[in-house]
Amino acid sequence: MNKPKILVIDDEVQIRKLLEITLSTNDFDVKLVENGLEGIRFAATFQPDLIMLDLGLPDVDGQVVLQQLREWFFNPIMILSVKSEEEEIVKALDNGANDYLIKPFRTLELVARVRSHLRNHIKELSEPIIHSSNFYIDIVSRIVKINNEEIKLTQTEFNLLATLARNEGRVLTHHYLLKEVWGKSYSDQTQYLRVFVAQLRKKIEKDANHPEMILTESGIGYRFMLT
Amino acid sequence: MLYTKLKHFNQYLFSVIIIILVSLLSYIFKEIIGYKVVAFILLVTVSLLAMFLRILPTLLAAVLSAIIWNFFFIEPFLTFHIENTEDVFMFIMYFVIAMINAVLTFKIRQIEKIANEKDTKLKSIKLYNTLLDSLSHEFKTPISAIIGSTDALQTNKTLSETQKEKLIEEVATAVFRLNNQVENLLNMSRLESGIITPKMDWVDIKEIVFKAVRDLKNKGYSQVIKVDSSENIPLFKLDFGLTEQIIYNLLNNATLYTPENSTILVHLFNKENSLFIEIIDEGKGFPNDEITLIFDKFYRLKSSKSGGSGLGLSIVKGFLEAQNGKITVSNRDEGGAKFTIEIETEITTFNSIGNE
Repeated sequence: MNKPKILVIDDEVQIRKLLEITLSTNDFDVKLVENGLEGIRFAATFQPDLIMLDLGLPDVDGQVVLQQLREWFFNPIMILSVKSEEEEIVKALDNGANDYLIKPFRTLELVARVRSHLRNHIKELSEPIIHSSNFYIDIVSRIVKINNEEIKLTQTEFNLLATLARNEGRVLTHHYLLKEVWGKSYSDQTQYLRVFVAQLRKKIEKDANHPEMILTESGIGYRFMLT
Repeated sequence: MLYTKLKHFNQYLFSVIIIILVSLLSYIFKEIIGYKVVAFILLVTVSLLAMFLRILPTLLAAVLSAIIWNFFFIEPFLTFHIENTEDVFMFIMYFVIAMINAVLTFKIRQIEKIANEKDTKLKSIKLYNTLLDSLSHEFKTPISAIIGSTDALQTNKTLSETQKEKLIEEVATAVFRLNNQVENLLNMSRLESGIITPKMDWVDIKEIVFKAVRDLKNKGYSQVIKVDSSENIPLFKLDFGLTEQIIYNLLNNATLYTPENSTILVHLFNKENSLFIEIIDEGKGFPNDEITLIFDKFYRLKSSKSGGSGLGLSIVKGFLEAQNGKITVSNRDEGGAKFTIEIETEITTFNSIGNE
C-alpha cells in the first residue's frame, strides 16, 4: 500500500526538521518546502493527500496561498500558526482550511489529527451513515442512535448534528454552522448556536458538561469527534 | 492635604478668611491679651498657613496681617500712622519675621519635595531591578535545565534508558514552564499596548468554565473543582477567549496554592444584566497586608515559592477591565479566599430561543 503523502510548507527550519522526523517515522511520505510559491508548485506535482501550511511565510501571505490552493486542491489542509489570534484562524478556516494547530503543538496531537483528516476525507465523499461503537447517524433517513438506542431530535438539532458529523474532525466556524443550519441571514446570531449546542449535548453526550463528541474551539467554532 | 486640594484662587481666599477670623477673635479679646500678644498670635497663624499654602497666598497673609495689626491694634487705632517709636520697630520686625517665615517654610517644603521625588525614583529603580531579577530567574532556570539535559544526552554515552527518560522529562517540564512565561508576558504586553479589542458575542458561561476545567485537566491537579450554576442562567455577551483565560488563570492559581484534594467552587449567577462568577477555595487565604496588592503587576506574595511570574492575576484584572468587568477578593470567615467577578453586559435567555 502506498504511504499517504504530506506536503509541509513552513519557513522555519527547526519546524521542518521536527515534522520530517515525526511524520516519516509515522509512515507518511513527507515533502518539505520553505515558501509559498514552492508550496503551490509542489502541491501540483507531488499531489499530496494532505497539506500542512504555515500562515507566516516569507514570500506570500499564508492566507493567499490557502486561497490559491483551494481553487483546485480539495484534500485536507491543516494550518500551522504561531498567531493565536482567533481572527486569523477563523479567516483561514473560512478560506477552506480543515483544521489548525497553534505552535507550540504536541506531535502526538498532530499525528492524531493528520490520521483523522485522512480517514474522514475518504468517508466524507461517500457515506451517508457515520458511526462508531456508541454513535450512529444516518443522514438520509434522519436517524440518530446513541448506544443503539434511537433518540429524538428536533429538526434544527438534527441538521446541526448532521453538519457536524459530516465534517468529523474538521473545525467548523460559528459563521459556517449558522449559515449551513439556519441560513445566511442568521450568520451572526451566535446565540442560536450556543443554545442548540447545549441542547444537543444534553441528548447525545454522556455528560453534557464534559463533552467528548461536540468539542468547543474557543472563540472559533466547534469540532465533532467520534468516540 | 490642603496644599494640593485647594486650587490657586481658593488658596488666596482661604488665607484672607483665616487672617480676618483670627484678627476678629483677637480684637474681641484685645483688652485682656494686649496688642503685643496679638502680634504673636498673627505670626503663628501666618506660619501655620505657610505650612499648607503656596508661597504667594502666604505672603498675602503676611502683608494683610501686618496691615490689620497696624490698623486695628496699634495706637492710634484706625490709621496706618504709628506714634510710638517702639511700636514702629515692632511693626517692622513683625513684617520681616512674617516674610521670613513664609519664605523659609516654602523653601523647606521645596527641599522635601525634591527628596520625595528622589525617593520614588529610587523605589522604582529598586522595583525594576527586582522585576528583572525575578524575570531572568524565571527564564534562566528552565533554560539551564534544557541546556544541561541536552548536553548530557548528547555527550554522555553511558546513560541508562531510565536516566535518558528522566532528562527528557526535565526538558519537557522546562519547556512547559518557559512557554507559560512567554504566554504571560505576551498577554501582558498586549494589554499594555492596548491592542486588545474584546470580541463580544453570545456565550454560554458554563461552556467556558468547563472548557477551562478541561484544559486544566491536561495539566493535572488533585483538587475537586465544583461548578454551581442555575439551569436557566442566560447567555451573556462576552469575549469567549478572554473570559476563558480569566477563569483558567484563577482556577490554575487555586490548584497551585490550595491543599491537595480540597474543593474549589465556581459559583455562577446573574443579577439582571450582570454576570457574577465566584471562585471559592479552601486554602489559606491572603495575608491582610498583601491582599490589596495581589492584582498588581509582578507582585508575588512574600511567602510564595519560586516559579510563577506574578503576572497571572494582573492579566485577569486587565482582561476583565477590557470587558468592563471588575474583580474583588476577600478572605472567608471559614478560611480560604473568595474571588468575585462582576461583568455588566447584555443577556438573553435560553428558553426564549430553545422553544422556537
